[in-house]
Amino acid sequence: MDHLDQLEAKSIYIIREAYKQFGNIAMLWSIGKDSSTLLWLTRKAFYGKIPFPVMHIDTSYKFEEIYEYRDAKAKEYGLDLIISRNEDAIASGMDHSSKLQCCMALKTNALKMAIEKRKFKALLLGIRRDEHGIRSKERYFSPRDANFKWDYKNQPPELWDQYKSKQSDEDHIRVHPILHWTEVDIWEYIKRENIPIVDLYFAKDGKRYRSIGCKPCCSPVESDADTVDKIIHELRTTNTAERAGRAQDKEDTYTMQKLRALGYM
Amino acid sequence: MQDSINLVIVGHVDHGKSTLIGRLLYDTGKLSPERIAELKKVSKNTGKEMEFAYVMDHLKEEREQNVTIDTAQTFFSTDKREYVIIDAPGHVEFTKNMVTGASLAEVAILIVSAREGVEEQTRRHAYILGLLGLKQVIVVINKMDTVGYSNDRFNEVKEQTISHLSTLGIEPSYVVPISAIEGDMVAKRGERMNFYEGPTMLEALDTFKGRESRDNLPLRFPIQDVYKHDPKRILVGRIESGKLEVGDKVLFYPSEKTSTIKTVELFEQEATEASAGMSIGITIAEPLFIERGEVMIHPGDTPTIADTIDANVFWMSRKPLKKGERLHLRCATQELDCTIKEIKKRLDSSDLSVIEENARQIENNEVGELTIVTDDPIVIEDFNRVEELGRFVLVKDLDVAAGGIVIMPKE
Ligand SMILES: Nc1nc2c(ncn2[C@@H]2O[C@H](COP(=O)(O)OP(=O)(O)O)[C@@H](O)[C@H]2O)c(=O)[nH]1
Repeated sequence: MDHLDQLEAKSIYIIREAYKQFGNIAMLWSIGKDSSTLLWLTRKAFYGKIPFPVMHIDTSYKFEEIYEYRDAKAKEYGLDLIISRNEDAIASGMDHSSKLQCCMALKTNALKMAIEKRKFKALLLGIRRDEHGIRSKERYFSPRDANFKWDYKNQPPELWDQYKSKQSDEDHIRVHPILHWTEVDIWEYIKRENIPIVDLYFAKDGKRYRSIGCKPCCSPVESDADTVDKIIHELRTTNTAERAGRAQDKEDTYTMQKLRALGYM
Repeated sequence: MQDSINLVIVGHVDHGKSTLIGRLLYDTGKLSPERIAELKKVSKNTGKEMEFAYVMDHLKEEREQNVTIDTAQTFFSTDKREYVIIDAPGHVEFTKNMVTGASLAEVAILIVSAREGVEEQTRRHAYILGLLGLKQVIVVINKMDTVGYSNDRFNEVKEQTISHLSTLGIEPSYVVPISAIEGDMVAKRGERMNFYEGPTMLEALDTFKGRESRDNLPLRFPIQDVYKHDPKRILVGRIESGKLEVGDKVLFYPSEKTSTIKTVELFEQEATEASAGMSIGITIAEPLFIERGEVMIHPGDTPTIADTIDANVFWMSRKPLKKGERLHLRCATQELDCTIKEIKKRLDSSDLSVIEENARQIENNEVGELTIVTDDPIVIEDFNRVEELGRFVLVKDLDVAAGGIVIMPKE
């Protein structure tokens, strides 16, 4: 087994474990490269028939390409797609200058409402340890309390692929099947498996997005990488952080930490 | 490029783990300009010069208290391969996080300060490396700058460390003198320790191997779940050791049902065989009722089936483990309730001295030699042969509270 085979085998094991332990679960799909890779792995784990819903948290501020790609793939893969939007907050209009408040209202709260409605016990998320310092502290199975708080100072031990399987009623568990992948791993895998990816990642007129989210908070990086191969080459030679173009990470050293402690993805 | 290796760095608090990691990332060009800038800014805010330890201690509280609370991971690479570094906290209250981190590693670096020498957590962490079965270990004697790069002091601390490790059955592959702050003997040799002729720490790391292939061991395929995709019933799981092929006669334990492999199931991919490490599915010829937790093997190479198990257990919960207590045991995909029948010995995990024989309970961070009775028989193996079936966790209330290694019954 090569490196990608090993990463894949572990992720599939974790995805199957989450479904077996919790049954009523959902996968969060932001349509970005990471969660699209997670979706690919999840289809593999269940032989093409994912036995639970796939949820898109729609802030209404996403790129058009994201909506088009989402609807096309949902149909092609026969997904049980849930679109959750915090309609009240969207209707009242958002002030993007406070990222913390905007993300809280449109993402975290929209997610809270969806969980409350469907009583999901666990959520699959495509976060990776190398993305951001704070995310490096995550476990594969990570409990959140009723208020979505992440008690990162007192996490249960996790060893030998034995993940947290029991929870109290008020918790839900965040499951992170691709926690151990790096950004380059993701692209190498996209190449090997030929996973279709939103165009925004590929360079146009000397710029591309390395990380995608809401339009007002994402800026492209300088790049000529317009193919997967060129992206892999670019990543192997750069040392600029992946999320350098994301506003949440810039505003304040601790914004990301605050967001996560409050239940952000 | 070879496959990546998981590396854990352990040792007593303040002996320099975080600093060493920061140094490694810096010297291998892994810190982005944003990170270096952030590092400088935060170091300045708290009134310090460039403090490499901040690279890992990314949480605000940790910055303020200056201790590593949880395990954190990051990546670096040499010309030879990629490394995933797991930084494990030194403080005794955080031992469960250290165990979590170390359980993911193939290689361990045990860091010992040249000034202080072996301390309590050095010993406890060394014990855990032994418990987890880590065999590729490098000892680094750090802070050599504080002892004037003295060869004598290096030898003294080296002897002290080696003699402790030998009581745990650990033989370090290398003992390297370093200064994490100055960088000597980490990625570069430097000029100040010419008495030392061995490899630098990075050179030493590059000599290690990843996990050995388990294809040639007997087949052990613990069933994880059963998917009904009409008309098929697919038994899914990960092959922990050995190989399988369509047409193989197979046996399920503990139920002792037999069948033949009909197909190997991978999504949109044809396959007739599969080997250790792969997450796969299979279908079998007979319509048997097989559940999660059964272990599929080839007839003729039978594992041990037992409901009374002796084991060494490392307890990681604030609430003590009591004799007679009912707990939940998980070994590979086997899950069932059990009773702690006896605590034959209660041991101090820092030096493995016996605190008490026939104890009534063991406390947080202590080791127990236990006899456990499971409600039903389970499949076990010698840990040194098929790790996944030779180790288990105990769940108390809602959380994993202990890791244990099976002591195989005498034949
Ligand atoms: N003089 C000297 N100080 C060091 C060295 N390595 C670490 N330190 C200092 O020792 C203290 C503890 O280091 P840290 O990396 O936080 O230790 P940890 O608790 O093991 O992670 C910090 O003040 C470091 O600056 C070294 O090689 N030389």
